[in-house]
Formats: sequence, C-alpha cells, structure tokens
Amino acid sequence: MRPIANTRSAAGIPTGRLAIWWVVGSEIVIFGGLLASYVLHRLGNPEWAGYAAHTNVWLGGTNTFVLLTSSLSAVLAHKAAEEGDGKKAAKLLYFTCLGAAAFVCIKGYEWTTEIKAGFTITSNTFWSFYYTAAGLHALHVIAGGIIMLIVAESAKRNEELHRVEVIGIYWHFVDIVWIFLFPLLYIAK
Amino acid sequence: MPQLYLEALSTYASDIDNLIFLIAVLVGPWFILCEVIFFYFIFRFREKDGVRSEHITGDNPKHKRWITYPHLLVLVCDVFIVVGAVQIWYDVKQYLPEPEETIRIVGQQWAWTFVHPGPDHVLDTADDITTVDQLHVEVGKAYHFKLESRDVLHSFSVPVFRLKQDAIPGRIITGWFEATGVGEYDIQCAEICGIGHGLMAARIFIESPETHAAWIAEQSPLQLAAAATAPTVKD
Amino acid sequence: MTEIVQPDAAQAHDAHAHHADHGEQSFWSKYVFPTDHKMIAMQYMFTGMAMALIGGFMVYAFRMQLAFPGIEVPMYGMVTAAKYNALVTNHGTIMIFWVAMPVLIAAFGNFLIPLMIGCDDMVFPRVNRLSYQIFLLSAVVLVASFFVEGGGFGGGWTAYPPLSAKAEYSLTGLGSSLWLVAVALEFVAFLLGGINFVTTAMNARAPGMKMFDIPIVVWMIVIASILFMASVGPLIAGAVMLFMDQNIGTAFFDPDKGGDPILWQHLFWFFGHPEVYVVLLPAMGISAEIICTFARKQLFAYRTFLYTTFGTGVLSFTVWAHHQFIAGIDPRMAHIFTITTLLISIPIAEMIFIYIATLYGGSIRLTTPMLWALAFVAEFMIGGVTGIFLGASGADIYFHDTYFVLAHFHYTFFPIAIIGAFAGFTFWFPKMFGKMMNETLGKIHFWGTIIPFNCIFIPLFVLGAAGQHRRVYSYENFPDLAIPHFQDMRVFATIALLIMLGFQLVFFYNCFISWRKKEMDAGNNPWRSTTLEWVAESPPPHGNFTELPHCYRGPYEYGNPDREEDYFPQNLPA
Repeated sequence: MRPIANTRSAAGIPTGRLAIWWVVGSEIVIFGGLLASYVLHRLGNPEWAGYAAHTNVWLGGTNTFVLLTSSLSAVLAHKAAEEGDGKKAAKLLYFTCLGAAAFVCIKGYEWTTEIKAGFTITSNTFWSFYYTAAGLHALHVIAGGIIMLIVAESAKRNEELHRVEVIGIYWHFVDIVWIFLFPLLYIAK
Repeated sequence: MPQLYLEALSTYASDIDNLIFLIAVLVGPWFILCEVIFFYFIFRFREKDGVRSEHITGDNPKHKRWITYPHLLVLVCDVFIVVGAVQIWYDVKQYLPEPEETIRIVGQQWAWTFVHPGPDHVLDTADDITTVDQLHVEVGKAYHFKLESRDVLHSFSVPVFRLKQDAIPGRIITGWFEATGVGEYDIQCAEICGIGHGLMAARIFIESPETHAAWIAEQSPLQLAAAATAPTVKD
Repeated sequence: MTEIVQPDAAQAHDAHAHHADHGEQSFWSKYVFPTDHKMIAMQYMFTGMAMALIGGFMVYAFRMQLAFPGIEVPMYGMVTAAKYNALVTNHGTIMIFWVAMPVLIAAFGNFLIPLMIGCDDMVFPRVNRLSYQIFLLSAVVLVASFFVEGGGFGGGWTAYPPLSAKAEYSLTGLGSSLWLVAVALEFVAFLLGGINFVTTAMNARAPGMKMFDIPIVVWMIVIASILFMASVGPLIAGAVMLFMDQNIGTAFFDPDKGGDPILWQHLFWFFGHPEVYVVLLPAMGISAEIICTFARKQLFAYRTFLYTTFGTGVLSFTVWAHHQFIAGIDPRMAHIFTITTLLISIPIAEMIFIYIATLYGGSIRLTTPMLWALAFVAEFMIGGVTGIFLGASGADIYFHDTYFVLAHFHYTFFPIAIIGAFAGFTFWFPKMFGKMMNETLGKIHFWGTIIPFNCIFIPLFVLGAAGQHRRVYSYENFPDLAIPHFQDMRVFATIALLIMLGFQLVFFYNCFISWRKKEMDAGNNPWRSTTLEWVAESPPPHGNFTELPHCYRGPYEYGNPDREEDYFPQNLPA
C-alpha cells in the first residue's frame, strides 16, 4: 500500500532519514527548552549546587557508559544492515535494547535511593527539574527500546533493513541528550 | 491619538502620545499609499477584451527597484521609530528620578491596596494611610511606587498617566510618575487575574497640594486611632 | 496486515494510479480511518469548521455581554465574570489551534501538497492518519474541558501562571489541566503532520520539478511547518512543567517556592511569536496562488518572495519578548526586542509590495476567490501597520493589554484564518468536489463578511486608544469607560458581529447547494491555472493522476507573449 510518493527522492536524501531528522529536530527543541530553563534557574540560584551534591555521579557515570556502549552496538547494527546481514543487525539491536533496559533499571535504583532519602520531585525546584529532565529522557529511552525491538523483529528476517539506520539515528540522539544531562545534573555541583 | 479620548496627566504622558503620533505620521502615509496603489491597480488592470496580461517575472532590475527602494525607505522610517521608542522607554522604565514620595501598591485577587506614607512622608511608619481601591496623590510631585502582588500576576495601569506595570508575586517592582493635572480617574488591572479581574477597578485622585494635605490630615488620625483600638491577640 | 513489498524499479516508473491495490474500500477505511491525503484533508477541514462554529458562538456570547451587560444572552444564558473569562480564553485558543492551523496547514497542506508536486499521496500515509486522530482527540479533550466541574479554563489563551498553575487562584482546576493537555496533544498532532509536509515536498516531487518550480503555497506550508517544529519544543517542555505544577505540586512557576512565573512567559512567547508566522505564511501562499491565477500574472520576484520568507522565519525567533515589555523583564531587554520587532516589519512590507507588483500589468478577474485573496492583502495591511505601534516599546507602555492590541491581532488573524480560509476554499472547491460554487452567493457572502468585519474592529481600535483593557467582562465598573459614547461603540461592534455571523449562513447554503448539484460542472481546470493540481480530475481519484505528471517549467507562466493561450501549465512539454 506504499504510495509512489514513497519511492521518489528528489532531494537526494532517503525519506526515512528525512523523517527521523524531523523527529530529532523537534526533540532537540523540546529538551533544549527544558534544559535552557534549568540552566537559567541554576545560574540564578547558587544554592542549587548544594542540592545537586546529592545526585549520584557514579550511577550517572555508569549509565553514561551503558548508553555509549549501546550507541556503539547501534552503529554496528547499522553496518551489518548495510551489508545485508539482517540476523547480525537484529542481534546487535537486541544488545542495544539490553542497554536501554539496563539504563532504566539503574535509573530506577538511583531514584529509589534518592526518594527514600527524601529528595522527591516536589522537594524543591532543582529536584523538579532533575526528575523532569531525566524522566523525559528515560521515557525516550523506553520508547526507543520498544521501537528497536520492532525493527529488530523485521531485520532478522532481512526485511526493512533501512529502518536500522533510522532507529540508530534516534538512538544517537537519545544518547546525546544524556551527554548534556549528565554534566548539567550530576557533575555541576 | 490617546489624547483624543483621554487627558495626558503625567510628565511623560505627552511624550508617549507624541511617539504614537510620530509612528502614525511615519506609517500612515505608507499605508495609504499602498492601499491606494493596490486598489488603483485592481481597477486599472481589470480584465479587458483582447488585452493580455504582461509577462513580468520581477527579475529585471528596472522592475525590482520598485520593491527595493520603498523597502529601504521603510527601514529608514523604522530607525526614526526605534530612536523615539528607546528614548521614551528609557525615560519611563529605566530612569528613576529622586522620589519626593514613595507609595506601596499591592495587587491581589481582587482589589488594590495602596499604602500612602502619611504626614511624616516616610513609608512603613505608624502614620501610613492604607486604602483599598483609592489612590491619592499630589499633583506636581515625583512619586516612586513599589508594586507587589499577593497571589497571581496583576498589572497596575493608569491610562491618564499612560503608565502600566505588571505586578509579579515574589517581587517588588519600582516605578515612577509625576502627575501634571488634578482630577479623578480610572485605575485598571491590566493582566487577567481570575474571575474578578473585571472588578479590580480603582480610582486615582490627583489632588492639589492643599486638598491632598487636607486628605492626609483627615485620614491619618483615623488610621492611628483604628490601629490603637484594634483588638490585639492576647491569649 | 498485508505484507509490504518494497517497490521495485519497474513500479517506480509505473505511471498508472494504484486503484487496483485497494479494490473496494469500506465506508470505515474510506471516510473514518483514511490514509488518503485528500480525505484526511477533508477531516481536518470539517473539524476545523466545526470548531470555528464553536469559537464563533463563544464570540457571540461574550460580545452580547459587552454590549448588553448583565442581560441574559439568548441561546446561552447569563455570562458571568467567570464564564466571560472562559469564553474569551477558549475563543482565542480554539481559533488559533483548532481553526487556523487545521484549516490552513493541515487541510490545505494535505490536500494540495501531493497534487501540486505531482505525486499520488503523502510519503507516510499512516502517520498522516495518526496525526489527524491525535488532533481529533485534542479537540474532544478541549471541548470536554468546558463541561467539567469549575468550567473551562479562563486564564487567557496565554495561560500565565500562577493563575494557570493553581486551582485556588483559577477556580478551574480540572478545566485548566484538560485545556493544557488538549493544547499539548494538538502540538503533537502537528509535529507528526509536519513530517509528511516536509518530506513529501522535498522528496516526492514530479520529475523535472526543481526547488524554484514548487508553487509558493507549498513552500509556505513547508516553511511554516519548520517554524512550528523549531519553536514549539520549549513550550512543550513548559506545558509539561505547568501540568506538573497544576497536578503534582512542583513549583516551576511558583515564586513562593523558588519558581519563576516569567519563565513560562518566555517559553510561551518563544513559540507564540513564530506561531503567528506559522499561520500567516500559508494564508499568504494561498492568496499568492489565487492572485496569480486571476491576474494572469507570474508572482513578482518569486525567489525574492521566498528568500524574504526565510528571513522572516529566522527573524521571528528574535522578537518574542515584545509581548512582555511590561511584564517585569529587565528594562534593558526591551531595547533589543523593539529593534528586532521593527526590523521584522521590513520583510513583511516587502512581501506586501510584491503582491501589489504582481497586480501590475495583469488582466484581473474579480471572482469570489480573487475578492477574498485581495481582501486578505488589503486587510492584513491594517494589521501590519498597527503592529508598529505595539512593537515600539515606548508606545507599548500605553497600548499593552488594551483593545488596540486586540484590534491589531484581529486585523492579522482574521485575514489569516477566515479570509485566507475562504479564499482557499472557494478557489479549490471545484477541484475538491468537481462542482462550481455559486458566484452570486459567493459575492454576497464576501461583502457580508468584510464590511461587518471592519465595523467590528475599527471601533475597538478607538476603545483601545481610550485606554480600555482586555479580558474585562463589563465596563460598567470603570467610570471613564462607562460613558455612553463608548458603550455605543461596543453595541455597534456587537451588532456588526451579529450581521457578519448571519451572512455565514449564505456560505453554508452555497456549500450545500453546490456540493449537492447533479452536474459535475467544474472540469479539470475551470480557472485555467498553471499548477499541477489542475491536471488531475475534479475530484481527483485515489492515486490522484491517471498518468503522473512531469514538470517542465515554473509554476506561474502566465501572459507569455509567444503562446496562443495566456497561460502555460507546468505539465505541458515545451
């Protein structure tokens, strides 16, 4: 049922890639707005450094490592897809999903300890931003993981291999958002 | 053109009116010219038997200049407007003259509270005069106002002064005015603040020095007395 | 779900429409869950029109209250202060998000883009369908907000906190949250829709159609989509923050707990200002198409028009705080924003000059669509020049929050959302339905709308200049404004509104009888226009073209001296 429109590429860029860049663009402005608001608040509220001292930089760092590794497997999956090896691409995508799951679990543990220590989303505005930004990011990790599973299901049958690159671009974006979040929420103390 | 409908009763009100007039003078002729030419073309180039439209692409510089030159002239007009706007804005919102009196204005859902300094001319002393929805000021005096809000955003607006300033909860915003004529006029709330927004009508009484002094003299003992006999919390 | 097969090279060159792929479509898959861009366009169009009726009814109710304060409004009841606030808030919200955007961008964009670039559908038909479904959901959520306890949200379409954040202040706790969710869903719907507009226009063009051969309305919708996408993000973040303030006790915007109400204003207006160009650009594109067709003239300096649009788009991100001059921002910031705001008047002025230049040397036929398109330019000029008074910071001290602002933005929004919509609708109705609309009724409707429109808003400029503030349910409480002279103006404006609303019946009647006509009297190209949508049948079948067109030239070849015909369609070989 795919229209002929789908087969054309007058701008020279594959349509799927144009579409995912559109999605990434929208998300950049969403996170950009949220993080810009956070940064401006932070600059105007030096006492936030004290609140930020309670974030766990080790867990945050571990999560950074997890995401970077999963981005690597996403790149390798793309390479496998380009070579036409759908089974290998699917395996690598499953590994990336594992990274997403690990990220979410570590975050769950991290948040549990913080909430138990009394730092909830309503404790003060720093913590509001912390949970909102990291939470929004985590939702994107979960969504990305689910979509990746769907793409991997087709890929292992050597179908829709172009989608591996597309979900990979999304995943790199999710990774890059975290690269901004990590210093802003964890390292800046 | 506000002066057509409303008096200009602060030192900067006429300046604002003049800026508005300047904009009208710079923008009006362009507007009229464009509309006239627009309608003229509609009439002049209406469909006629045997007459074909011209094939004009707009790439020819001889044609293009009919767009580029007016375009540059618009820029020049804008420069004049910017200069005027920046000057007026600075005078009203950045510059603060030495205050002869300071008043406190508190907006809340849905009334204005005004704290006048009383006979000692100092705010936050025992002889302050607090009123609701009535502001009394003396003509010819430079006032500072300290604007606050108790709950949501409000905005203190005195049309005859051409003055307006939003009140933000959690902040005290300082502004100034100096009245140039006596009378009794509207104060409006200029930021939607809930269902009672339309009820936040207040009045400003701009009074001559004698009338104002009399008002203060009359109000202050009443206030002091009220404070003295007010029930205090004992046990 | 049938297996999707990658189209192969042979299929790519297959010029025949894909009727066979679908066979007989059921009622549900054709009308309720369509993926065909034309049907999705109709869905957006009719939803937008329905919401316009609701938004229009709201104006009726609150203007009756202003003209006859304290008197029960027929067919509505008493407009209390609370109801008044909810009516003006939702009127504004509906007209921008549920009328202007769906009609100008989603309906016309969906209908026109694949046709004008010569392909058979949007690139992602299922995403397209999803975008409408989310849009419809957003409309339902908004309407639901009127009927919950406390009533609809009444804090202005700008929703400034703390009023919008705390139920104890707004007294519309649930209504405020539903309003916010509705707006957020609408944003998501348009972000999804944008995927299709941009990728289809960029990638699915007919062979031979270069960038500068694309009809200007397609460009305008694409640029508008990009502007929307680039500006709405911070407000989505802000909406999440506001929702949390409303419902879980965070304090992003609560000054008592370390938050800042002004942050919302920045997030809102950073989107809010580009948003006005998001709706302006498609309306300008629609007018341009119509003016070229009925003046039989090429769009003057097409490339300049396009580059100016890019410039306007970029500049639109630098002006937002002119909505906040009085808000308590650092006074020094005002200087920057007054400069950028006045700068943006320059490209807009240039675009107006281009419209005027396009008329020069033309052979102008005043059909109903042409009347609307010309009215768009003439009326928008008033909106444009009155904006200068507001962009000048010193003057805005006086004009902010007065009816002068309101009249200014109605002289921009009404041309955009109403005049532009009628222009497009009357122009492309023959293509959409295969039948011509009645010209006489069309002209009656036109004059019956335009004359009252001016009668409504010119008095409002006067009232604004006299210091009358917005969002106030009755001016009886303000002695300086309660004078009979001013009240007469309010009554005059309201009566003009009633007349204008009455004339809309002429439009609906015209639509109905034209649609119901037995004879398909439009043919493919009743207006003798050059762009590709007029190559397809009227209405276009599923798949649009029996033979997918090739593009040989620019979109506005009118008046060529060496042709017998005074126009040279894009799809005809040299």
